[in-house]
Amino acid sequence: MLAYIGSLAALFLTAVYTIDPFTTDIVKTVSGENFSELASKSVYRAITIRTVGIAAAVTVIDLLLAVPMALYIAKVARPRVRRLLIVAVLMPLWASYLVKGYSWRAILDPGSGVLTKTFGGSPGFGVTATIIGLAYLWLPYMILPIQAGLERLPDSLLEASADLGGRSAITIRKVVLPILVPAIIAGTIFTFSLSLGDYITVQILGGKTQMIGNAVYANFGSNNIPFASAFAIVPVAIMVGYLLAVRRTGAFENL
Amino acid sequence: MKALKLVAFGATATLALVACGSDKASTGALSKLGKAEGQVNVVAWPGYVEKGGTDPKVDWITGFEKSSGCTVNVKLGATSDEMVQLMKTGEYDVVSASGDATLRLIAGGDVVDVNTALIPNYADIFEGLKNKAWNSKGGKAYGVPHGRGANLLLYNTEKFAKAPDSWSVVWEGNSPAKGSVTAYDSPIYIADAAVYLMATKPELGIKNPYALDDKQFAASVDLLKKQKGLVSEYWSDYLKQMAAFKSGTMTAGTTWQVVANAAKGEGTKVEAVLPKEGSTGWSDTWMISSKSKNPNCAYMFLNHMADPATNAAATEYFGEAPSNKKACALTTDKDHCKNFHAEDEEYFKKIWYWTTPTKECLDGRGAVCKDYSEWTKAWTEVKG
Repeated sequence: MLAYIGSLAALFLTAVYTIDPFTTDIVKTVSGENFSELASKSVYRAITIRTVGIAAAVTVIDLLLAVPMALYIAKVARPRVRRLLIVAVLMPLWASYLVKGYSWRAILDPGSGVLTKTFGGSPGFGVTATIIGLAYLWLPYMILPIQAGLERLPDSLLEASADLGGRSAITIRKVVLPILVPAIIAGTIFTFSLSLGDYITVQILGGKTQMIGNAVYANFGSNNIPFASAFAIVPVAIMVGYLLAVRRTGAFENL
Repeated sequence: MKALKLVAFGATATLALVACGSDKASTGALSKLGKAEGQVNVVAWPGYVEKGGTDPKVDWITGFEKSSGCTVNVKLGATSDEMVQLMKTGEYDVVSASGDATLRLIAGGDVVDVNTALIPNYADIFEGLKNKAWNSKGGKAYGVPHGRGANLLLYNTEKFAKAPDSWSVVWEGNSPAKGSVTAYDSPIYIADAAVYLMATKPELGIKNPYALDDKQFAASVDLLKKQKGLVSEYWSDYLKQMAAFKSGTMTAGTTWQVVANAAKGEGTKVEAVLPKEGSTGWSDTWMISSKSKNPNCAYMFLNHMADPATNAAATEYFGEAPSNKKACALTTDKDHCKNFHAEDEEYFKKIWYWTTPTKECLDGRGAVCKDYSEWTKAWTEVKG
C-alpha cells in the first residue's frame, strides 16, 4: 500500500522539479515550469487530445461489441456453450501482448497484409490501426464484467417484461441496461485507462503516431524525469475526472 | 484522515528515498577476482550476446557459461535511452553502452570504473579505443570497448535500380522512396539530420552534429519535420524494420549492418551502403553496473567478450569493426577487418559516434548548445 501510494506521491512531487541543463541532475526547487510548458506548446495538447480520442474510440467499440456478446453468453447460450464461449473470450489473454500486436501488423500491413491480399485494401498503420489493435486487446476486459453483471440479473425480470408486452429492444433498454450500468462502467474504466496508458501497441501499429505514453517514455530516457512525471499526471487527471463524472451518475452506489 | 496521514508519510518516505538516491555512491573497481556468483545479467544490443537462440550455429556464450560457471541472462535494448533506463533499475550487471549512453551512465553513477588488470584481454584492445571521452573519466577506464561502426542506408533493390550514394533519398521531397522512408525512433536521430546539413548547408557552420546551437538545431528539426511527410513509419524495434522492408512499406532508411544481414538472410531484396555524406555511428563499451550483485561474473563476462575469438565472432555477426587487434586474424571472412575499417582511423573520422549532446558545446563553443532533454522534446514535436 505504501509503495502504491508512495510512487504516486513521488510522481506528483517530481513533476514540480526541473533538471539542470548542465548536469541533467534533478533540481529540487518547486516550479510550475513543466506544467506551463505542457499547457503552452501545441504539440502536447495534440498528443493529449489524440490519446483521449483513441481511448474513447476503443471504449465505444468495445462496448458495442461486448454488450451483445455478453448478453448472448449470459442469457441465451446453453451452459455447455456458455463455458466454451467464456474460454474463447479468455483465450487471447493467454498469448503475449507483443505477439498479438505483431499479428495485427500482419493483418493490417498495407503492403502484403491479410486484408490487402483478401480485400485489396487496408487502413494502413496509423491511428485507425492503433484503435483496432487496442480494441482487440482490451475486449475481454469489457466482456467479462458485463457478462458477470448479466449473470446476476434474474431471468424472472426478463419474463415479467415479456409478459407485460415488452419486446426485446424495450426489455434491454428499460430492464437490462439500468441494472447493467455499473458493470458497463467497470468495463469502460478498464478499456479507457488501459488505452490511455498504452505506448507499445501504438509503436507496432501506429506508423508515425505517438501517444502520451511515448512522450513520457522518451523524456524519461533523456533523464528529464520531472517533465516525464508532469506529462504522466495528465492521464491520471483525466482518469480522476472520468471517475468523478461517473460518480455523479450514481453508478458506484450500485457496485 | 487516516488516508491523509498515509499519503503524508508516503511523501516523506519518498523524499527520504530521493535524497538517498542522489548520493552518487560508486562501489569502485574490484581489486581481485573472486568466485563466480553463478549468473550475470546483461543489457545488450541485438546480436551482441548470442547463445544459439537466434540461430543454433551462432553461439559464443554457451562455452563461456560452462567454463566460468556464470549463466548469461540477456535483455535486449532497442535504443540507448532504453538501456540507460534498464541500468537505472540496478537489476543488471553489465551493459553494452554506446557513447550516448556511456556519458549518461557515468554521470549518473550507474556504472563504475573497471580494474583492467583483472581483464587480461584488455591489453589487446586497439589503443585508439582506450581511454576515450566516452569510456573513461579522470583517466580511469569505465569499461572494455566492444566494436564500432556506422549507421547505414538500407534500401530496397527493386525500388532503387541504381544504388543510392547519398542520404538525400531519405530527406528530399523528390525521393523515389517518398511515402516509404523510415527513420530511427530516438532523439539521437536529430544528429543524422545535422550530418546531412553539414554536407548540404555548409553556411550553417555545423562542426559536430551533436553540438548544435539554436539556429543549427532549428534547421535540423525543420528538416526532420519535412521528412515526416516522406516517412511511413519510425522504427526502434529492429524486427519491425525487417518486417516492413520485407512487405515493402519501408524502402529506404537508416539501419544497422546486422539488420541488413538478417533481412537478406530472409530473402528480402535489400542492400546497405554508407552514403557519401558520412554518417552517425557508434563505439560501444561493455560497462559494469555500480549496483552489480554479480561483479565476479561481470568481470569474467567482460574478459570473455574482449577475447579475440569472441570479439571476432560477435562483431562479424553484427557487422561492425572489432575492438581486439587479434580478432582480425580470427574472423570467418578474412577481409572483415578491412571491410569494416577496424584499423582505419581516417574512415572513422567520417563517422560521428553517438554521444550525448550537452549544453556545453562538444566542439568547444561554450554553453550555447541544446542539451539532450531539449533534443528529446524536439523529437516529440517532430513526431507531432
